[in-house]
This record gives sequence, C-alpha cells and structure tokens, in this order.
Amino acid sequence: MSVLVNKDSKVIVQGFTGSEGTFHASQMIEYGTQVVGGVTPGKGGQTHLDRPVFNTVAEAVEKTGANVSIIFVPPAFAADAIMEAAQAGIDVIVAITEGIPTKDMVAVKEYLSDKNVTLIGPNCPGVITAGEAKVGIMPGFIFKPGKIGIVSKSGTLTYEAADQIVKAGLGISTAIGIGGDPIIGTSTKDAVEMFMNDPETDAIVMIGEIGGSMEADAARWIKENGTKPVVGFIAGQTAPPGRRMGHAGAIVGGAEDTAAAKMKIMRECGIHVVESPADIGQTMAEVMGVNA
Amino acid sequence: MNIHEYQAKETLKKFGVAIQEGIVAETPEEAVEAAKKLTEQTGTQWWVIKAQIHAGGRGKGGGVKLAKSLDEVKEIASQIIGMTLVTPQTGPEGKLVRKVLVAQDVYYPGESEPAEFYMSVLLNRSTGRNIIMYSTEGGMDIEEVAEKTPHLIFKEEIDPKVGLMPFQARKIAFNLGLSGKAFKEMTKFVSALYKAYEATDSSLFEINPVLKTSDDRIIAVDAKVNLDDNALFRHPDLAAMRDLNEEDPIEVEADQAGLNYVKLDGNVGCMVNGAGLAMATMDMIKLYGGEPANFLDVGGTADAARVEKAFRIILKDPNVKAILVNIFGGIVRCDRVAQGIVDAYKNIGDIPVPIIVRLQGTNAEEAKKLIDESGLKVLSAVELKEAAEKVKEVLSQVNA
Repeated sequence: MSVLVNKDSKVIVQGFTGSEGTFHASQMIEYGTQVVGGVTPGKGGQTHLDRPVFNTVAEAVEKTGANVSIIFVPPAFAADAIMEAAQAGIDVIVAITEGIPTKDMVAVKEYLSDKNVTLIGPNCPGVITAGEAKVGIMPGFIFKPGKIGIVSKSGTLTYEAADQIVKAGLGISTAIGIGGDPIIGTSTKDAVEMFMNDPETDAIVMIGEIGGSMEADAARWIKENGTKPVVGFIAGQTAPPGRRMGHAGAIVGGAEDTAAAKMKIMRECGIHVVESPADIGQTMAEVMGVNA
Repeated sequence: MNIHEYQAKETLKKFGVAIQEGIVAETPEEAVEAAKKLTEQTGTQWWVIKAQIHAGGRGKGGGVKLAKSLDEVKEIASQIIGMTLVTPQTGPEGKLVRKVLVAQDVYYPGESEPAEFYMSVLLNRSTGRNIIMYSTEGGMDIEEVAEKTPHLIFKEEIDPKVGLMPFQARKIAFNLGLSGKAFKEMTKFVSALYKAYEATDSSLFEINPVLKTSDDRIIAVDAKVNLDDNALFRHPDLAAMRDLNEEDPIEVEADQAGLNYVKLDGNVGCMVNGAGLAMATMDMIKLYGGEPANFLDVGGTADAARVEKAFRIILKDPNVKAILVNIFGGIVRCDRVAQGIVDAYKNIGDIPVPIIVRLQGTNAEEAKKLIDESGLKVLSAVELKEAAEKVKEVLSQVNA
C-alpha cells in the first residue's frame, strides 16, 4: 500500500481558505487526492472549493473521517495547528509552513512524543504517492509511478531526483520531503525504515544535506537492517563552515556534519553515494540493472 | 542573527545573569568617560578594552587589551577603534572595528584563585531538546577541548515538560568542582542563563569564559548570543539590535529583495530555486572544474524582476567568470522563467560573462526554444548533466 498516503487517504487542509491553502488544495484535488474538507477557525460552515470548512480539526475529523492533514498556517500559529491535528486523532500531519520558531518545535516534538501520529516537516514539500495521492506542493506530473522511494530534505532536489529516476526508465512509489529545519517530525532514518518495510518499494534514494547527524544515523541503521539498495547524495560539499545555506538546519557546525563526513559514513554502510547530483538517476538504473 | 558582546551582556543581565560590567564607546574620548563611570559604579582600578565585532578570537588578533590608567584607555581605544581586526573567524580580509566595550577588570587578586569555565546552551538536534554543555576548561577553544580532552566536557539535557530543574543546576556546579558560596552562585548563574535562553528564543548561547572571581562570584566575561531568525517577529527589541555594518552589504541587499544569497570565493556564479538544489548546483560546479562564487536561492517565484535583481547581485562580484542558472520549474512554468531571463538580460544590457541556463520541469522544451531563439549570448540546457558539461566548456574557453 506504499507509504504514508494513498488513494484512500482522507485529507483535510489547515489554513484552507488562505491563498497558499487554496492554491495547493486545488492542485491536490486535480491530482486526484481525496481532499475531504478544510479548517479555518471562524469560517466553519462555509464551503470552499466545493468542500466543507470547519472551525476545528476535531470537528473536521468527526464529520469527514479525515486521517491526514496538511498545514499551510502562518509560522506564528503553525505549532498550535500541528498540536491541534495531533490531539484530534489525525494519523499523518504534513506541515508545509516555513519559518516556525525552533522553540515552538521543541514543544511540538514533546507534545507528539506520546501520541500515535507521524509528522512530516515542517518546511517541506510534503508527500506524494505517485498516481494515488499528493499531499504537498510538488509538481505532480514529474512523479511517474514505480518502485523507487525517495526521502529528501530539499524540495527542488527531490523533483530533480524524481525526474532523473523516471528518465532512467524507473518510477516512484512514494516521495517524502522531510524538510530542512533543525527539528523535524520524521527523520531520514524513519523514512528509510518505512520504505524498507514497504512491499511496493524496491530501492531508495536518500538525499541529505550538511548539518545534523540524520544521514549518518540512517546509514548506520541501513547497515544493520537494510534489505534494499540505497542511492545517496549529500548537498553542500562546497558550503563553508559556519554559514547557513538557506535552510535553517543547513549549517556546518562540527567535523561530523560536513558533506564529506556524511558521504564517507554512508559509503562505509553500503550506500551507493553519488558525488554529482546529475548522477542520481543513472546510478539507480545501474543498481537496478536497467538500461538508461 | 548575531549580536555584539555588549548587547548580549545587556540582554543576559536583564534576566539576572551576573556579567562583567562594561560600557560601550565609539570614540577614544567616550572610552575614557566610560572608564571613569565604570570605576564609579564598580570600583574597578583597571579596564579591559574589547573590540566589538561579530567574530570570535578577538584577543588573538589584538582586539582585547588591558588598560591600567586612563591614558592607556585612550591610547588603546584609539588603536582599536578604526582598526581592521583579523581573527581566525573573520577571514584574511578582517573586520573594521567601530565600537569598543570598556569593561571592568575581573581578574583582581583575593582570597581564592580565579577559575575559568566554559558554558553553552544549544539545541541537540537529534533529540529535539536543549542542552547545557559545560567544561572545567574555560577560556580556550572548545573544539580543541573536545578533541584533546573530551572527558572534560559535560552535557545536561533539559526536559521541555519541566524545564531546567534545580538538581540539574546543582549537578553542573558540583561537576565544575565548586563548593560554598561559589557553588551557590553557579546554580543561580545556570538557572538565570537558561531562563534567558528560553525567553529570548535563542539558538545558541556561548559563555567563554564563565569566571569564578577571587571573591567567589560567578560572572560571564564574554557572551556570544545567536538568535533564532524565525522567532524575531516576537522580539522587536532584539531584532532592533541587528548591526548591518557586520554583514556583507551585497547579502543585505539580496535579503531585502527576498533573495537568499551567500557570497563565496569562486568564479562561477549561480542562481537556483530551492536551498538544497542550490547547494547541489554549487557542488556540481566544483566537480566540473569551477568554483562556486555564491549560494543564491531565488525562491518559488522566479519572475523577471527577481531574476534581474539576482543577475545584478551576482555581477557585483568581479570574480564571476560565468553564471549558471538552474531552475526546476514545478508549479512555475519554465517558459515564463525563460521569458523572465530574456527580459532581465535585455534590461541589464550587455552581460559581460557567459550564461548557461538550465530549465527543467513544466514546459522545459518551450523554454529552451525561447532562450535559443532570443539571440542572446546564452547557452541553454535541459538536463543537469548537459548544464554541467556546458559550464566546463565555458570555463576552458575563459581560462584559455
């Protein structure tokens, strides 16, 4: 059944009636995602994009049976929105919002720790299960169905990887953009584990960047538990230490979170590491024995 | 966002953290007045003159000096104000010093020996919780301590449910080998420090050294504070501390235009949408024989105005010998981006360096056609590899 979302997922949009929420909800509906409604406090009872608007997530869940929520709420209110979704019993929360204060995310992480919920993001492009459901802001048409899972901290780099995979004659099962913030709900290792357990996925593309230890943690997990081939890339080989490269989390702090250190660990753990981002598709084709 | 030492100390003091007192000055005359006032307030007989720039290692570069008379205060302040201070963190070009902090002398003799410690508060990304990191080895480079004597670095993780607990503050004071009055002072210091970290939405506090004075007080002698940019909207007072003099003027200009730009030392400029793809593009430039001249994320709306601004910013760097534009158009259609590039090019006039444009995604082929038929000196590509090969080709011509 692929990973996280599929054609049966019932999705609500938090921040539904705002411009971002409206635009991307329309795109998701066009892709075929079951968007069953949305939440904008104070606008409950209205209809938007032919779907009901609710005041609270709890009410939306009760009336529509929603199990997935995507969040377009502005940064100052986003942590609250995530916790509201978790409290209402949503299974998968996808937080697109960029710029949430780290202190708020420390509280979110703590709040979610004893709940049975998966948070993707924040500051991410979302999740897409090719041909079934798009819960995110990515261009859907790039993701042709197939058996390769993608996990990435970056949006456009995910699209780049998916495009190369498709042009190499393969396709995508699910692509997960986990986000580039210092605190995120689902780690690289968590996403890799989902793919390893997914019968619809045969191989994994793992894209990371400088900062933190998530790729190294994932690599060590793969060495111990991996059953499928993994192609990896780390962005930021040329980034100088101490300078933040766009993403709040993309900053080299110590000797172990450089691109070179991460790539070395990944190689030692049996991952097919590519030096150039242009070689992701071709390398996957070689690993899978497909003539590109 | 970074702030100066004097601003960091003022902020800490508001939350009850004991600090080495000081007064900021912008001229040698102000420094002398500051010194007099400081002696009235604290009784200090000597003064430390400290250059205020956003970089560590100031002492090594001659930016921190002790003055034993008011004449020396004036002399040292006139040396330091206006100097270009080079430290291990400023790069070889150094930074112009515009202000000094005249601070009290805290290493006065007394009943016990002074002792220096290290303390920082930061986020442990792998657990999503804050930690207090501390060491008995204060006043030195903490990276060096971590490498040579890692057993002398301690970490205390804070549970967000309850915050810093008194037993944790006591544990820190015990581990630092303190007793009596100094022990008590340290527990107060740690509690106030953590309170300040939380209340200011900081992403890093580094107090090096934390000093135990000869009369057993615990004070912050230096303070490095990094604030969480994402939280500045709820701290207008802290946001106002931003010192644009400390930032690269081109980066400031880019920021105001909504572009995320970081200047680097290479010869190939780049303009990309998305931070991850931007870093990946820089890496690719290097692999194909160039050196990236910058990081530049144009963001989600690569329209003509932004593209033009981005070109103008990249071209301010005289080292740029070629520019690679790499846009993965998803929701944004590539043909519109291509039109933006053509319009921007025409508005700027003659761009003196070769440009390679790689547009991929929605309507990529139409975009390529548009560029190819524009009559401009622009090379176009659709696949990433193709773009990389063209960078290599252009560089070999430039270098020939």
